[in-house]
Amino acid sequence: MNSLEMHNSDIHKRQTSAHPIEKNKAAFDGGLTLVAHKHLSTASAISPLPAVKEYVIPLQQHIGAMSQVLVHPGDRVLKGQMIARPSAPVSAAVHSPVSGTVRDIMEHEVPHVSGLSDQCVIIENDFRDEWVERRPLADDYYNSTTSQVRKVVSDAGIVGLGGATFPAAVKQTEVHIKTLILNGVECEPYITCDDVLMREHAREVISGADIIGHIIKAHECIIAIEDNKPDAIKAMQEVIEEDGTGFFRIQVIPTIYPSGGEKQLIKIITGEEVPKGRFPAELHVLCHNVATAYAVHKAVYEDEPLISRIVTVTGHGVEQPQNIEALIGTPMKACIEHCGGYKDNHDELIMGGPMMGFSLDTDDLPVVKATNCLLVTAKEEAPKSKQHHMPCIRCGRCVEVCPARLLPQQLYWYASTKNIDRLVEHNIFDCIECGCCAYVCPSEIPLVQYYRYAKTSIWQQERERKHSDIARERHEAHQARLEKQKQEREEKLRKKREMLAKKAKDKPGDNKQDAIAEALARAQAKKAARASQGEATKKDGNDQDDNSKGKEAR
Amino acid sequence: MYKVVYAMIPGTLAAMYFFGWGVLFNLLIAITTCLATEAMVLKMRNREVLASLQDGSAFVTACLLALALPSLAPWWITVIASLFAIAVAKHLYGGLGFNPFNPAMVGYIVVMISFPLEMTMWSAPMGVNGGWPDFITTFNWVFLGALPVAETIDSISMATPIDLLKTQLSQYHDIHETRNSEQYSALFSTISGTGWQWVNIAFLAGGIWLVRKGVADWRIPTAFLISLVLISNLFAVIDYSSNSSALFHVFSGGTMLCAFFIATDPVTASTTPRGRWIYGACIGVLVYVIRSWGGYPDGIAFAVVLMNIAAPLIDYYTQPKVFGDPNK
Repeated sequence: MNSLEMHNSDIHKRQTSAHPIEKNKAAFDGGLTLVAHKHLSTASAISPLPAVKEYVIPLQQHIGAMSQVLVHPGDRVLKGQMIARPSAPVSAAVHSPVSGTVRDIMEHEVPHVSGLSDQCVIIENDFRDEWVERRPLADDYYNSTTSQVRKVVSDAGIVGLGGATFPAAVKQTEVHIKTLILNGVECEPYITCDDVLMREHAREVISGADIIGHIIKAHECIIAIEDNKPDAIKAMQEVIEEDGTGFFRIQVIPTIYPSGGEKQLIKIITGEEVPKGRFPAELHVLCHNVATAYAVHKAVYEDEPLISRIVTVTGHGVEQPQNIEALIGTPMKACIEHCGGYKDNHDELIMGGPMMGFSLDTDDLPVVKATNCLLVTAKEEAPKSKQHHMPCIRCGRCVEVCPARLLPQQLYWYASTKNIDRLVEHNIFDCIECGCCAYVCPSEIPLVQYYRYAKTSIWQQERERKHSDIARERHEAHQARLEKQKQEREEKLRKKREMLAKKAKDKPGDNKQDAIAEALARAQAKKAARASQGEATKKDGNDQDDNSKGKEAR
Repeated sequence: MYKVVYAMIPGTLAAMYFFGWGVLFNLLIAITTCLATEAMVLKMRNREVLASLQDGSAFVTACLLALALPSLAPWWITVIASLFAIAVAKHLYGGLGFNPFNPAMVGYIVVMISFPLEMTMWSAPMGVNGGWPDFITTFNWVFLGALPVAETIDSISMATPIDLLKTQLSQYHDIHETRNSEQYSALFSTISGTGWQWVNIAFLAGGIWLVRKGVADWRIPTAFLISLVLISNLFAVIDYSSNSSALFHVFSGGTMLCAFFIATDPVTASTTPRGRWIYGACIGVLVYVIRSWGGYPDGIAFAVVLMNIAAPLIDYYTQPKVFGDPNK
């Protein structure tokens, strides 16, 4: 019996027992129990957003290198047409969400922590909804090779939709994966897009997980869902029971933030910690978000690339909080308007949840692959003052809640004094930016902002160091080249001189120098003849010599 | 921060009951001086005066200092200690959150070193030698330095039990002898010193409340008390006649005030979980060492400030193992 069969029989045993759904206790350190605010947006079904005139598609919507654009201004594009391709091993394709015309390729504001602009393709919708030719793999995927299916995923531009936006196909090249963990935890307050997805599209999510399982040759798939989503658990369980292969299993986990963090979730499920600086594959585990699985299903069964996603529009500052299905590139303003617009008392617009999201200065920004939630806070909802915070008194509450077992108060100290060596020693790059520390801070210090800033400056410094290294190398190479050229020139001259000298030897009397030499020789001979004539004459000659020396010195 | 003040109320009331009006005067002088100094320095530093005063840190420093100073300290002792605590120990280092040493303890040490005589002026506790002097006598002494006719400061003040045992030991009277002597037996009670034991019990009660509220760290007081019990027990077992029992040490002097209110000051203490154990335990050892073999009556202030110096080093070597650390 091989390990796969053993595993399957194991699962069957579990499924036939009275409690097919497992429960366990969260096993990572730290974390918080937060008020969920999820009911706000779960009342209605997913609502598709009406088409708009113009879509702004950023070329950098993923972790890795910026995609390489394939279209030109004025080109006609079809819905689902690839408009930019991966430019490096870690990169992702980008597609047109509608049929229409490429109006421009230009810098446009994008939703990013930095608030900076980035290269975007602007597409004008012709409202004809014409698709590119689609040839779905559908059920054939099971007979296709791993790399064929992975190519479908890669060509569809699928990235991790849980928030990290790491290109999915790149992850799926991992080998020796035993367990595929499907992340339906959604631990951050307010966000419900994965919840409604599992409720309404459980079949597609499971199908997508099956495809991923096929690609990575997993032995089992564990679907992790927090215990505050009973409807999603029920919907998924029904599909799993229909499936009946025993490949899938649901694990209900307690609602503790940030149990949906990849490393925390793996710890909960396997009891093991992903080694620092390594990948989950080290533990023979691969994690994917449920929305990613859904996108994989659509890519394989409908040949539909990732041109839309479910976005939770919520918060007490928006009229009708709900989940919408928005095309990538849709202006956020249109999403908010579709949900009844802002309330009078609205305050901040945040992309992502209240813990890990970041606030946006404007709603004139496109929905991107990472936009899982648009949170509009009401004025009374954000009691935290934006004025300067109180000083850190090192009380250590942040230490108690940090799931990465860091010392946030020390990191804060070193980040504010820009002590890079100490920051690295205190493992700043193991910070997952979950925001637990800032949440409990009695001095209300926006700690995560300090860490993000510190990380960025360290990267920046590293880049500059590399640049200066390159510049130095170039300079040194330049110097070496000049030196070499100089030497070569000298060598050439030397050779030339030698050659001339040699020529002169071969053909004496040929040039002036030889003539001078001959003349000198003759004069010497005369002198010698004169000297031998007598003592007096010799003395005179010496005097003359002395005189001439004195003249020279003067 | 104000929870710290609430938690100090039982101990403060006990101290006032057993040591009289002097405790109240200390509090009033210290609070006035500390808040005034804080406001002045904040203004000089161009900081928001009201917002920073409201954080309560200067108030807590004032209370700690007042409760640590002897009950019959002249007014200028309290003023100098308060001024030094706030202006030098706190603000010259950058203010709240940036001071490496506990301001109250630095203020205490300054007057302890400069004016050792005044620092022994504890009133006789309630129930000993007629107890503490009345309001007028105390007021006149503290503010005007005047005493009633035919009285000296020695006749209204009294050595603390820790100090007394040390002096007696140096004159070859062992602990048993001193505690049972006609002259001094009233100073001692079942647990430790008369009055002192109740003050310590009251601070213990307030401290436990503070820890349960999550304001004070529980590791530091636990480590401090355990290490003080262990080391005092060790020496008491070796030589019972010249070393006081663990019970005596734990309920004497400023032990409980230190354990829950001084050593737990997060700004100056160690900040890592493991570091706090080490920090607390080392204070316990130092307190015992200074009490037993040092030249000062109580070792709290020196022990705390010495460990303040060591805190950054402790923190550096007690980083928790990060998530996924291969050596975990």
